[in-house]
Amino acid sequence: MSDIEERVKKIVVEHLGVEEAKIQSDSKFIDDLGADSLDTVELVMAFEEEFGCEIPDDAAEKIVTLKDAVTYLTANAN
Amino acid sequence: MFKDRKLLVTGGTGSIGNSVCNYFNNNGCKEIYSTTTDMNKINSNQDFIKFKELNFNNIENSNLEELFDFDIDYLVLNAGLNRDNIFLRMSSDDWNSVINVNLNSSFHILKHFTKKMVKKKFGRVIFISSVVAYTGNRGQVNYTASKAAISGMVKSLALELSTRNITVNSVAPGFIRSNMTDKLNDDQKNAILEKIPMKKLGDSSDIAKAVGFLCSENANYITGQTLHVNGGLALI
Repeated sequence: MSDIEERVKKIVVEHLGVEEAKIQSDSKFIDDLGADSLDTVELVMAFEEEFGCEIPDDAAEKIVTLKDAVTYLTANAN
Repeated sequence: MFKDRKLLVTGGTGSIGNSVCNYFNNNGCKEIYSTTTDMNKINSNQDFIKFKELNFNNIENSNLEELFDFDIDYLVLNAGLNRDNIFLRMSSDDWNSVINVNLNSSFHILKHFTKKMVKKKFGRVIFISSVVAYTGNRGQVNYTASKAAISGMVKSLALELSTRNITVNSVAPGFIRSNMTDKLNDDQKNAILEKIPMKKLGDSSDIAKAVGFLCSENANYITGQTLHVNGGLALI
């Protein structure tokens, strides 16, 4: 697991209160991990803080799984 | 009552904005921010308020992240503008500037601050509406449209944010004693008083107290509502 993936997973676990073992790379935050729409906003804010980057709204809307977040942050994190 | 809480009131140099700031200051709120379009309008007795210069007619060109690099607990959207004229004489500029200041600016301010409120899982948002949003008023098609739009915003936003302990309400003042009503002549004043069951104009402090109530713990379970403060002028 990449460093970025590990950090993203940690944020998801902390924020959504789900067990790490239940998170697959293609688990959807809303459909599979019980997030509501505001949780996804909060997750994106937490990613921004952890990785020191700004995720614009149109990109944020496309981050629906762990994999999406890791892909985006790998390309854009500072 | 508001100890350790932070307040932002837009349009703090107007009579209602100033009263809200005073009320919160007198009730323990020690961090009070406001906005004004003109820093020269600030009175000497407003030195407890941290003012930011902001033109709501042109808010899209302002860097809100930089201007408001802090979070708040209470947001009072009070800044307002009226450009009255009968509809057939109302210019596009009269229409656009009133919609920009009274409605569109709220979108931008709210985008900025509700994000922070979601994060801290607490927030009290109060819009200042107006009785004329509910009754209509000749010469105020633009103003009433902007204020009536707020009532839809309050309800939808209340629904969206309720799971994060953020309540969204509005206060709708009737006729309030202000610089504007001071300029009316006796006949005009009497005509207004005739319509008000309490036979007196409201005071801006009456509005401040209603705002204070909606921000207080007494109103924790109230959201998506409009509190009408109008001496019985319109019973809605």
